[in-house]
Amino acid sequence: MKRSLFALITGCLLAVSFTVFAGPGAIEGVQKQPVNVSAIAMFLIFVLATLGITKWAAGKTKSTADFYTAGGGITGFQNGLAIAGDYMSAATLLGLTSMVYFKGYDGFVYAVCFFIGWPIILFLMAERLRNLGKFTFADIASYRLDQNRIRTFAAIGSLTVVCFYLIVQMVGAGQLIQLLFGLEYNTAVICVGILMMVYVTFGGMTATTWVQIIKACLLLGGGITLMLLTLSKFGWSLDNLFTKAIESHKLGEKLMAPGSLMADPISAFSLSLGLLFGTAGLPHIMMRFFTVPNAKEARKSVFYATGFIGLFFLVTMVLGAAAISIVGTNPDFFEGGVVGGKLIGGGNMPVMHLTKAVGGDIFLGFLSAVAFATILAVVSGLALAGASAISHDLYARVIKKGTATSAQEMKVTRIASVGLGITAILLGIAFKDQNVLFASSVNFPILILSMYWKGLTTRGALWGGIAGLVSSVGLVVLSPTVWVKILGNSAAIFPYDHPAIVSMTLAFFVTWLLSVTDKSARAVKEKEAFEEQYIRAQTGLGASGAHAH
Amino acid sequence: MSQKTLQEKIRGNPKFAELVGKRTRFAIILSLVVLVPYYSFMLLVSLQPQIFAAKISEGSVITIGWPIAALIVIGGWLLTGVYVNRANGEFDRLTQEVLKEANK
Repeated sequence: MKRSLFALITGCLLAVSFTVFAGPGAIEGVQKQPVNVSAIAMFLIFVLATLGITKWAAGKTKSTADFYTAGGGITGFQNGLAIAGDYMSAATLLGLTSMVYFKGYDGFVYAVCFFIGWPIILFLMAERLRNLGKFTFADIASYRLDQNRIRTFAAIGSLTVVCFYLIVQMVGAGQLIQLLFGLEYNTAVICVGILMMVYVTFGGMTATTWVQIIKACLLLGGGITLMLLTLSKFGWSLDNLFTKAIESHKLGEKLMAPGSLMADPISAFSLSLGLLFGTAGLPHIMMRFFTVPNAKEARKSVFYATGFIGLFFLVTMVLGAAAISIVGTNPDFFEGGVVGGKLIGGGNMPVMHLTKAVGGDIFLGFLSAVAFATILAVVSGLALAGASAISHDLYARVIKKGTATSAQEMKVTRIASVGLGITAILLGIAFKDQNVLFASSVNFPILILSMYWKGLTTRGALWGGIAGLVSSVGLVVLSPTVWVKILGNSAAIFPYDHPAIVSMTLAFFVTWLLSVTDKSARAVKEKEAFEEQYIRAQTGLGASGAHAH
Repeated sequence: MSQKTLQEKIRGNPKFAELVGKRTRFAIILSLVVLVPYYSFMLLVSLQPQIFAAKISEGSVITIGWPIAALIVIGGWLLTGVYVNRANGEFDRLTQEVLKEANK
């Protein structure tokens, strides 16, 4: 159970790509709960407010630039909140608190790993992303390389990440909503899918951004309020809180120091590598850099986002530790009232039970509504990234070779959004009760090399990308979690659960080797074209500005 | 003016070299300031976990591991502030000058 839980969180957050496996559900034995009226009422208020925003946004969304990037008119602060909103999913809140609840300090180590990519994104990528990109990640990867092949590969890479990420979110949504609101799983999945289609299809990036901002505020506000309520129960003393936690937890004092999770240095290194660069390869996160008017605002947005995400992680640590004594000793929260047995609703529920314990039913309703809103917002961001890969990259650039009119492209985007919504619903229903996990790192090597390395050629990027993709999928299949736990073989062929250390090295190596040995005329031209890209990346010369219509 | 000559003018401007050099160095230094402590932390967590079990003070149950991890998070955020502050001031001024001089 612990293992699948970690896999799930890793999957939810890490997600550079790929593959999906059926396994025992992470949230086991979810029982449908009685219908929670206050939670549903609060959620409806959120939905009405966001639909109002969508209507307003729809009026402002006239061109493709409006649709994909809100016309580049989002401020750094707003975008920072929205990036934080994209990154802080319901799985982050539930998963990280639950890790601290079960494993103590190891949960904090995980949180640090998830966090640490953000400063690096700012130092090495943010302004180059903004200066080079227009609508999608593929714009940058294919900037001076073969438009057809690299763009197609990058778009397919993005779509795959989006689809598998959607599965995680939809399945999580179904299970959570079933538990918190007492709705049927399928009803919940269909609701999320339809709302997502409405936001994205009509409101585009403007609506999606505002849904993210509202949700980020609600999640941070809710989390901080819950933390303050909780701390008041411990006389505002962290020492008191931890003393109680140690008394209540079967790990005792061991709770307070690193445990078994990171015991193997290679595994820990591989995980941290995957998390460090995984974030930088998420298409829906990268897309957010194109919504601000210039590099200045792009930098500011990472500063704000990093602050909000860091704050959120610290809050979840306190909540997880507080849940140990408050939830862990209360028979009301265990199945059959057996303290230390199975938590009602499964291993991801400590923070929800904590909410009920310190805030009562109304606050639980509020946080449930926030969790639902969170899933909705993350799913919308994903769908928008997927729709833009289809309409901007595949349709407008690869198929139409840039001859599509703005109106045609918009039409395709909207059809793609509806298609992705339906796909998400079907995937959510098909993967009901399944545990989903990913492995890392397909987008990142191409992205970083295209920005930093003059010698990159189409041949290198394409084969390096394929090598990274195939190896990360393959190694996850052969890893202990999948090969042994899910497929039932006796010994794992690949000893680590996190393949980044191998797959990223391989991707970089293949890209390098096939680029330096590429003596074609096109390769020479691609290397020459680096100069123009370099100056634009450094100065913003020729970068797409705000309101490019 | 064609894009090509504009690029050549930018490339030929010593301020461009200054901008790129300063910014690259700054970004690398800050990345190291984040990554070296982070990977040292990860290494110690996996190899010498007992280090983190020391108590922060006599009579407290809190181990030094908690404030250290919190410090990595808070420090990482503060460093983003340091970068943004310099990039949005000094570096952006240099960039504007380079672009203006190229357009002359």
